[in-house]
Amino acid sequence: MSALKIKKGSTKHSAYNLRPTFSDTTETHTLAVIVDNEPGVLARVIGLFSGRGYNIDSLTVAEVDHTGHTSRITIVTTGTPQVIEQIKAQLGRIVVVHEVHDLTVEGRSVERELALLKVTGVGDKRVEALRLADIFRANVVDSTLGSFVFEITGTPDKIDAFAELMRPLGLSEIARTGVAALLRGAS
Amino acid sequence: MRHEQGAVHAAEGYARSTGKPGVVIVTSGPGATNAVTGITDALMDSIPIVVLSGQVPTFMIGNDAFQEADTVGITRPCTKHNWLVSDTKDLANILHQAFHVALSGRPGPVLVDIPKDVQFASAEYVSPQKARTSHYQPQVKGDLEAITELVEALETAERPIFYTGGGVINSGPAASQLLRELVDASGIPITSTLMGLGAYPASGKNWLGMLGMHGLYEANMAMHGCDLLINVGARFDDRITGRVDAFSPNSTRVHIDIDPSSINKVIKTDIPIVGDIAHVLEDVLKIWKSRGRQTNREGVQKWWARIAEWRKVDCLAFTQGAKTIKPQYAMQRLEALTRGHDRYICTEVGQHQMWAAQYLGFEDPNRWMTSGGLGTMGYGLPASVGVQVAHPEALVINVAGEASWLMNMQEMGTAVQFRLPVKQFILNNERLGMVRQWQQLLHGERYSHSWSEALPDFVKLAEAFGAKGIICTDPADLDDAIIEMIEHDGPVVFDCVVEKHENCYPMIPSGEPHNKMLLGEDAATSGAIGASGAVLV
Repeated sequence: MSALKIKKGSTKHSAYNLRPTFSDTTETHTLAVIVDNEPGVLARVIGLFSGRGYNIDSLTVAEVDHTGHTSRITIVTTGTPQVIEQIKAQLGRIVVVHEVHDLTVEGRSVERELALLKVTGVGDKRVEALRLADIFRANVVDSTLGSFVFEITGTPDKIDAFAELMRPLGLSEIARTGVAALLRGAS
Repeated sequence: MRHEQGAVHAAEGYARSTGKPGVVIVTSGPGATNAVTGITDALMDSIPIVVLSGQVPTFMIGNDAFQEADTVGITRPCTKHNWLVSDTKDLANILHQAFHVALSGRPGPVLVDIPKDVQFASAEYVSPQKARTSHYQPQVKGDLEAITELVEALETAERPIFYTGGGVINSGPAASQLLRELVDASGIPITSTLMGLGAYPASGKNWLGMLGMHGLYEANMAMHGCDLLINVGARFDDRITGRVDAFSPNSTRVHIDIDPSSINKVIKTDIPIVGDIAHVLEDVLKIWKSRGRQTNREGVQKWWARIAEWRKVDCLAFTQGAKTIKPQYAMQRLEALTRGHDRYICTEVGQHQMWAAQYLGFEDPNRWMTSGGLGTMGYGLPASVGVQVAHPEALVINVAGEASWLMNMQEMGTAVQFRLPVKQFILNNERLGMVRQWQQLLHGERYSHSWSEALPDFVKLAEAFGAKGIICTDPADLDDAIIEMIEHDGPVVFDCVVEKHENCYPMIPSGEPHNKMLLGEDAATSGAIGASGAVLV
């Protein structure tokens, strides 16, 4: 049961120690779920969240191992520690789920999201948008005389900040990928 | 079978009475949607069944074809797993996987949806040994450190109790044997959920009876007062716990379960053990014996003395008058007259189900088939058909209420056609008794849609199916009528006309803890359920 892969010896009593904290405060966790890449697998995961009333803040999915037919689903979710534990256990129960990793507790992780923003405008606003894009290291991937499409990569917070700045400058559309995340280090 | 829901319940009855998976074959579209209730029932009660459903040909899927339904979509949340077979060459492999998933870990229903063109084509068979193995291999051995902690707690506890559930039955006969050995050797009292009845014998010296909403006074009081609660294969269902924040307030909780998601879902657990019950109990016994079979004898003795006080309340007492049959009396007589038979009991859902659980004694596992989690009215008759198929010589009785029984009564046709001598013992109060009871206690006696003024004549109904019908209205005739039912070689519908307004007690009103039980007819019931409890079902 992959959801319970707590490192041996990391707790006082057992590798399968499930002692909860049962706190009322909510936490945001990033989960990486390795699944068989087969029809309906995303519906199973999403159905679990909707059926049991869990939150999904962000969800991304793509095949990561073509020969092994596995996909990686990255889910950002919010809940009390008890609910987060339930989510992991329930995910682990799904037959096509191979592994469930809680990147928030397993160590430091890198989280990145990509966004495309269309900003329309002329004159000073257009110049200001370009200047801010430069500061945020956003690339221009499409340009007309009245618009830019910026590509930006970063943490969700960085993208939020950039989008806020673009809003008064003529932000007309935004498309975001959701979070992709990996643990730092060699493991 | 006459209806797909009935077919699934029959497969459940077969599975629960044998420990083997039940198999159901249904057609596409309405066949599959009719099966959904049964599949959900099997999921809630962790019953291994494999459903094979027909589907329109692969090239017509998505075209709204005749009798097309998105069966894998509809059944995704109510199966452990399901498959749409898109190529015949995958079929053998998927079927092997289907049985593996249904039976492994916490058992449950699976569904394989097979389009018509896939059925008509042929492909090479793959043997189970050569089939692609699934990575789905739930853990069966419990963690030894946690098991040692359990043994340590067991050695010192002053007021320990075993609270066992359907997981013991699902784990197989060895689990029940090991449980009996542990309970008897340690002298610790044991109670069980509705699902777990029979794992420990009702005649056993440590048996407290069923616990929960309609459980026995002594069992619930012991749960409330214990200092060590050992949950063996149960899941802290809301019918068991009552008010969660006042549940067993002073105990160390141990939870043995094969499903990690059951642990800490409802009740905070101090010593969690993930594993198969038989494997874990074997290790518990081994470690406990190797450490010298210790218990806190003095403490446990005092504990039994307290339990004896609670037993004196005699919470199942009732008064049988001369005129009408009390349902409790009917159960008592049924128990007395069928004890010693090779007996299997099914039930429908409602008051009769609780009376059956309270007054019938179960000596062995796999002898008690009832819809626990989903509470599916209409379960019992088809389940009894499935049980009788598995055990042709046994005495199979479905204790029913008339309202539940009518929901799948078409299956009497199946029983007659296949000469299955199932006994349908209907406690007929012309009411949806449990609904009526709640309307009385909870809704100020404003009764709504909880009675029937147009019931069939059950004797004539039985005869119309080609079965035997018996009606009994007089307590004095009851024994003879039950004997007549048992001795008849063929299916029987027994219309046992009982007291219409009998309530089922003891009862923990919703929103209350274990030590706030309503007892007997004399209990003051007005205002027993507060506003916050009233929103609970």
